[in-house]
Amino acid sequence: MKKAADHTKPKRYGMVIDLDKCTGCGACMVACFAENNIPFKKDESEKLLSITWMRVYKLSNKKKYPDTDICYLPRPCMHCEGHEGHSPCVSVCPATVTDYSTETGIVSQIYTRCFGCRYCMAACPYHARYFNWWDPVWPKGMEKMLSPDVSVRMRGVVEKCSFCYHRYQRAKDKAYVEGRTDVEEEEYQTACTQACPARAITFGDLNNPKHKVYELKQDPHAFRLLERLGTNPKVYYVSSREWVRKSGDNYLKHEEPGHIATKH
Amino acid sequence: MDSALIPKGVQRCSLGKFTLLIAVVGAVLLWGVYAMLLCWIKGLNQTNMNDYYGFALWIWADLAVIALGGGAFFTGFLKYIVGKDELKNIINYAVLIGFICYSSALLILAIDIGQPLRGWFIFWHANVHSMLTEVAFCLSCYFAVLTIEYIPLILENRQLNKVPFFHHLAHNMHGIMAVFAATGAFLSFFHQGSLGGVSGVLFGRPFGYREGVFVWPWTFFLFTWSAAAYGPSFTLMCTKILEKASGKQLVKDNVVDLLAKISGWMILTYIIAKIADTLYWALVTAPARGHTLMDFYSNNPVYGIWILVLEIVLGGIIPAIILVVPGTRRNGYLRMTAIILGVIGVSVNRWVMVLQVMAVPVMPFDFWAMYYPSWQEVATTILPVAYGIILIALSYRYLPIFPQEPELNPVD
Repeated sequence: MKKAADHTKPKRYGMVIDLDKCTGCGACMVACFAENNIPFKKDESEKLLSITWMRVYKLSNKKKYPDTDICYLPRPCMHCEGHEGHSPCVSVCPATVTDYSTETGIVSQIYTRCFGCRYCMAACPYHARYFNWWDPVWPKGMEKMLSPDVSVRMRGVVEKCSFCYHRYQRAKDKAYVEGRTDVEEEEYQTACTQACPARAITFGDLNNPKHKVYELKQDPHAFRLLERLGTNPKVYYVSSREWVRKSGDNYLKHEEPGHIATKH
Repeated sequence: MDSALIPKGVQRCSLGKFTLLIAVVGAVLLWGVYAMLLCWIKGLNQTNMNDYYGFALWIWADLAVIALGGGAFFTGFLKYIVGKDELKNIINYAVLIGFICYSSALLILAIDIGQPLRGWFIFWHANVHSMLTEVAFCLSCYFAVLTIEYIPLILENRQLNKVPFFHHLAHNMHGIMAVFAATGAFLSFFHQGSLGGVSGVLFGRPFGYREGVFVWPWTFFLFTWSAAAYGPSFTLMCTKILEKASGKQLVKDNVVDLLAKISGWMILTYIIAKIADTLYWALVTAPARGHTLMDFYSNNPVYGIWILVLEIVLGGIIPAIILVVPGTRRNGYLRMTAIILGVIGVSVNRWVMVLQVMAVPVMPFDFWAMYYPSWQEVATTILPVAYGIILIALSYRYLPIFPQEPELNPVD
C-alpha cells in the first residue's frame, strides 16, 4: 500500500543552485545547447536574439575596490507553479501550447502547436522563453550529431528549458522495463546539473525527502528569484552573501530580504 | 465616367483626380504589402523585435486601432439601444471606420504571429484562461457583425440598389440593425476588455499587472471604457479630415456636438477611474512587489514621468474638460484640439501598456530594453492606414455614407 501511495504522489522537480560555488564557466550553457539541439547563428553577438535555455547572468554588488564582488547566476526556466499551476506563461498561452504538469511540476512546450504569438514571452519575468526568429541552420555535418530524443524547432515558435524532460521519459522507460514504478534520483538528472564542474547545481524532486534538493531548499540562505510576484518558481538559489540574496528580488528602501511575506 | 455609380444629389471630384489619389495611396499600400510579404516569407527576423521585446509596434497598433474603432460599437449602442436618433447621421461612417480598424487589426495579427498558417490553432486548441483567446473569439465575431453592418451600406449603392433582391435585403438588414448593434456592443465589451486584460493579468510584469474583480483586472474595464470614450472622438476626427479633404460639411453641427459631448463625459468619467487605478497601482500594487512608481519612469532614455502626464493630463483631463464645458465644446478649434489630444491620449495608453511593459526590467540585475521598429514594421503598420484611406475614398464616392450631405451641400 505504501509503495502504491508513493507511486501516485506528485513530483515537483526543481533545482537548488549554490551561487557561492558557481564560477560562471558556462559549462551548463554548453551542455544545454548540445543536449537540447539548441540552434545558434554565425553571429551571436546580439544576445537578445540568442537562444539560451540556460543563461548565466553576471551580478555585481556595484561597489568599488576593495569591496567589489561579483556573482554568476545560472538561470534556467523556473518551471513556475504559480497559484495551483497557473504559472505566468501557462495561463496566458491562447492555444494551450504550454502546460503545467501536476505529475512532475514541469512546464512543457508543444512546439508543433505553438503559432508564435509570444504572449508567454511577455508574461515571463525571467526572460526564460525564446523565439525562433530564424530557422535553425546547422554547420555542415552537425545535423547528424543532433540528439534524436529532442525535436528541433522551426522558425516562428517559442522554446524554453524543459528540465531535459526527454531524460525523464528515458528514465521512466528504464524503470518500467526493470519492473519499477518510480524513477531514482540519479536516474533523472538534467544535462546542466551533470556538466557543472563545481557541482553548483543540484536537481531532484523537491517533494521527496530522500532527494538532496529537499534539504538544500530549506537552507536559511535559500531564496527564489522574484518570489514576491507570486510566480512560485521551482529553482532555488543559495548564497551566504546578503547582497546576492537581495539581488533576487525587488525591495523598497526600508525593506529587508527574508522579512517579506510571500504568497507561496 | 462613373457618374452612374455616384449617389444622387451629391457632387464628387472628377474620376481622374480620384484615380490619382487612389494611385498615390495605393503606392504606399503596395509598399506595406511588400513588407508584409517579406515578413511572411522570410519570417519575423525582418522586425526589430527580440526576446525582450516579444510584443512591439504591431501589438500597439492592434490595441490602438481597436480602441479608436470603438466608435462603431459605442455610436451603434447610443443610436439603437439608448435611442439617440440624431446619430443616424454619423453611424454609417462610424461603422465604416470600425470595419477598417477591425479588419486592419486582424491583418496585423496575421502578420505578427510567427506561424501564420497555424493561426487557427487559437480557436482549435483554445485556452479558456487566456485573454488572447477571448480577444480572438470576440474580435472575429465582432468583425463579422461589422461586416453585416457594412453590407447594407454597400447595397445602397445606386446601381446595386436597383436590383430588387439587394434593395430588399438592405432594407430588411437596416430593420434588424438594432439586434446587431446590441450584439456588437456585447462583443466589444468583452474584446476591448480582454485586450486590457492582456497586460493586466501579467502578474510577472509589475508595470502592467493590476488587481481586479474575479478573473478581470481593472485594465479590463478601463480598456472598454476608454474605447467607448475615445472611439467617438476618433470618428469625429475622421469626419473632420474627410470634410477638409472634400471641402464640404458632411454632418450637421448638432450631431457633432452631441457625439463630442458624450465622448467628453465618457472621457471625464474614464480619466477619473484611470487616475484612481494609477494611484492604487502606484501606492499599493507596485510597492507590494518591491517597486516604487519612479522605478518605472527613471534610469532609461525614453520613459520618463512625462509619458504619464501626457496620457492622463494632456490626453485625458484637458480634452475631457474642453468637451464637457458647452462653451469650449462649441468652439470648433478647441473641440478639434480636444479630439486630437484624446486620440493621442488613448494611443499613448495603449503604447505604454504594450511597449513600456516590455521595457521595464523586472529582475533587479536586468536592464531597460529599448526598441525601435524596422522599416518592415513601420510599412506594415502604415499599410492599414493606406487601406483605410482607399476604403473611405471608395465608400464616400460611391455610397450614401452621410445622409445629411445632400441637404448641407445642395447641387444646383
